[in-house]
Amino acid sequence: MAKITYVHPDGTSSVVDVEPGNSIMRGAKLAGVEGILAQCGGGATCGTCHIYVDRDNTTPLPAMHDLEDGLLCVTASPRQDNSRLSCQIPVTEELDGLVVHLPEKQL
Amino acid sequence: MTDSPVVIVGAGQAGCQAAVSLRELGHRGTITLVGDEGVLPYQRPPLTKAYLQGDIGVADLVFRPETYYAQHDISLVLDDPAVSVDRAARQVVLRSGRVLDYENLVLATGSRPRPIPGAHTIRTIGDADFARPRGRVVAIGAGFIGLEHAAVASEAECDVTVVEAQTRALSRVLSEHTAEHVVQVHRRRGVKFLFNATVSEVRPGEVVLADGTVLPADLVVAGIGVVPNVELAQEAGLTVDDGIVVDARLRTSDPAIFAIGDCARFPHGTRQIRLESVQNAVDQASCVAAVIRGSAEPYAQVPWFWSDQYAMKVQIAGLTDGHDNVVVTGDPTTGAFSVFCFRGDELLGVESVNKPVDHVLARRLLAANCPIRPEMVAVPGFDLRTAA
Repeated sequence: MAKITYVHPDGTSSVVDVEPGNSIMRGAKLAGVEGILAQCGGGATCGTCHIYVDRDNTTPLPAMHDLEDGLLCVTASPRQDNSRLSCQIPVTEELDGLVVHLPEKQL
Repeated sequence: MTDSPVVIVGAGQAGCQAAVSLRELGHRGTITLVGDEGVLPYQRPPLTKAYLQGDIGVADLVFRPETYYAQHDISLVLDDPAVSVDRAARQVVLRSGRVLDYENLVLATGSRPRPIPGAHTIRTIGDADFARPRGRVVAIGAGFIGLEHAAVASEAECDVTVVEAQTRALSRVLSEHTAEHVVQVHRRRGVKFLFNATVSEVRPGEVVLADGTVLPADLVVAGIGVVPNVELAQEAGLTVDDGIVVDARLRTSDPAIFAIGDCARFPHGTRQIRLESVQNAVDQASCVAAVIRGSAEPYAQVPWFWSDQYAMKVQIAGLTDGHDNVVVTGDPTTGAFSVFCFRGDELLGVESVNKPVDHVLARRLLAANCPIRPEMVAVPGFDLRTAA
């Protein structure tokens, strides 16, 4: 299990034990954490599972591919340097303790 | 504000979302979600994609774990289907004889595949398990279901033939331009197509066509459309017309009863339509939850659809049926392009292949009713971003 903290726009947070193999998006959905829509079910096609990731150079995140990069340019809340689509980040043991921030809106 | 008991019949995408949305909107009355598959509510789209391929399992399909429903006080009845509705008493009767009282009833009964005797159809997890690609595969119907299955079968090294009664593939859902591209991608993978071909009989080990052709088959899958499940509504005396007829707030002819998702026929512009899609199920579920909570907002969402085949993502924003001209942007030879479908000067919708950004922007344009004319799109270098 990896502990992922989802911080809501109002500052409250939900801490979820996510089973490795699930994406950060799926971890939120399974736990009923609101604020991630994932309308397409997780295929980097809709841009509604946008998150901001607390990270530094050592955070082992997968590289971003073109589709994700493109969609992050048209998300409902503005893109920042640490923007990602949560469906594109599989949870691993190495991500235990990761903190992600949910945007104001996904649509 | 009402906090009355709500019964939701149908535990698919629409029914499950209605229960979740009601709680998210603060509904405190009882919520009972009645299904008939004996399993937790789950996503159906992967049944002809990642699940069929074996990339994901049942645990990956369920929307929420059982604990979610308990924590949110949503009663799940998963293997005791509703058999009748007593509108006068406001009660739903289940097969076991159990009776559920309601103040508001939501019918999310979905649809079922049109059957072809001898052929597999795919709607449930069990259906998909029986339709795992093997050997020589014949797909009857070149719609999304048939072609998604064909893509998985082809990637599993099966010998795949698609039989279609119409003159072309995807005639109900895609422009000729986009459909032709999809067919070419399949052909390059070795999938064979027979158009204008009707099936006269499916026998063990073979499919017989009307012209006498016999296609040997180890697996026959039919994807020739669905029939809405309206029987419960019909027997309860609600107005039904290829779907349970509802008004702009998704109310049936009985104001205490709503219908959403595949089974509902609802007003859209000047016509009444019925849609079979995740978007429609989810958005109508959110709308019905809001209406039950006292909202007067009518249902008015831009329809959208998607299909994944091979590495190809096809996405449709809007309803493109009835278009009479198209403008293509992007480069079809690279496999990434969008087709803008117009009727006269009016943009009806946009089909995107491996162009998710176009799709997202198109949905926004359509929702905002932005006037986009064909000549604007046809200008070289047209950028949806500036239009949106």
